[in-house]
Amino acid sequence: MTVTESKKEVKCVVWDLDYTIWDGTLAEGDNVQLKPGIKEVIQTLDSRGVLHSISSKNNYDDAMNKLKEFGLEEYFIYPEIHWNTKSSSLAAIQKNINIGMDAILFVDDQPFEREEVKSVHPDVTCLDAVEYKTMPDLPRLNPRFITDDSKRRRKMYQDDIKRKIEEEAFEGPSEEFLASLNMKFVIHEAKEEDLKRAEELTVRTNQLNATGKTYDYDELNAFRISDTHKLLVCELTDRYGSYGKIGLALIEIKEEYWHLRLLLMSCRVMARGVGTVLMSHIMQETKKAGKKLQADFKKTDRNRMMYVSYKFANFKEVSSDDEGHILFENDLSMIQPFPPYIEVKIL
Amino acid sequence: MELKEKIRKFIESNLVVFEDEAEFSDSDNIFEMGFVNSLFAMKLVNYIEEDFGIVVENDDLEISNFNSVNRITEFIESKQPA
Repeated sequence: MTVTESKKEVKCVVWDLDYTIWDGTLAEGDNVQLKPGIKEVIQTLDSRGVLHSISSKNNYDDAMNKLKEFGLEEYFIYPEIHWNTKSSSLAAIQKNINIGMDAILFVDDQPFEREEVKSVHPDVTCLDAVEYKTMPDLPRLNPRFITDDSKRRRKMYQDDIKRKIEEEAFEGPSEEFLASLNMKFVIHEAKEEDLKRAEELTVRTNQLNATGKTYDYDELNAFRISDTHKLLVCELTDRYGSYGKIGLALIEIKEEYWHLRLLLMSCRVMARGVGTVLMSHIMQETKKAGKKLQADFKKTDRNRMMYVSYKFANFKEVSSDDEGHILFENDLSMIQPFPPYIEVKIL
Repeated sequence: MELKEKIRKFIESNLVVFEDEAEFSDSDNIFEMGFVNSLFAMKLVNYIEEDFGIVVENDDLEISNFNSVNRITEFIESKQPA
């Protein structure tokens, strides 16, 4: 169903944020800039009585603060900002506003997200973010009657705004959907040409960085060449294309132990199972080398999910200090196999 | 619905299992049967905290508390006020 085919008026536009409303990825520290003319598009539709909401994979407070900064926060009701699937966000928004799925228009730059939503809610119309300038002219966004009530519609809903916290009832993509993506995950030792991107990953990826440490090009290059270190890089591709290099791991090789000094994943590919795959691979290699595994971790108020993942991967705390620095150890007695829906290649 | 039933239902609808038609008993190790990734882990912890009004402390996050329907049930019962 394309936007021009269905006749029903759109009552609510659900917007993604990164690369849709603004250019850049907020969670990676980008100085995001609003897309030109997008504020006017939102305001025009709002004045016609069209509601706006958000479905974004981001930290709630950071995203809302940024919207506040841009003077846009007031236009959105029932924002769904967390790491769950967008299909679950759409379901929540639909329930909260109490309209039909076919009265919703979902705008997102990623085909993955548009397809994921469509696979669960076939009645939702999905629009590629790149087409935002055409929106005010679309027939379905031009309601026949605009009354004083229409103009006040948003304010009426705003009294009911509920805030969804990141760690609330979590919903993951269905197995069938994941399998249909044909995900291919490649893990290999870093080559020199990977280092620029590796440096960028350590500087930008704050939330999914187990220790919060950053390294520069020269430091990473030294690790890459060193006999006592392994620097691993991961790439992910799915049906829609490549996500590029999205994960990094630095292992220090000691006499009895392999010590995981750094583990990070780009938040763009979070919650698809690849972090666990990387961890399982490291555990398998450590076991093959006849060593035990230790890992550094720094607890923050944002990385509980990562902490839980380490614990569920059978890491146990050996020591910790007052600043949240933890030393984990894993006896390698329990290593998760790779999931059926990801093809893993070790090069 | 009985506590064990609830836990079983939750796992059945959220865990990606390695073998499609696998049946699992209350004592089977779910970490061996299915793919416990960060998603499932957080979901399970949140479900337990919210539906049963418990706080899962860092020290509670041992696999032995969560690796079967029985163990999860025991864990919840141990945390609920007498």
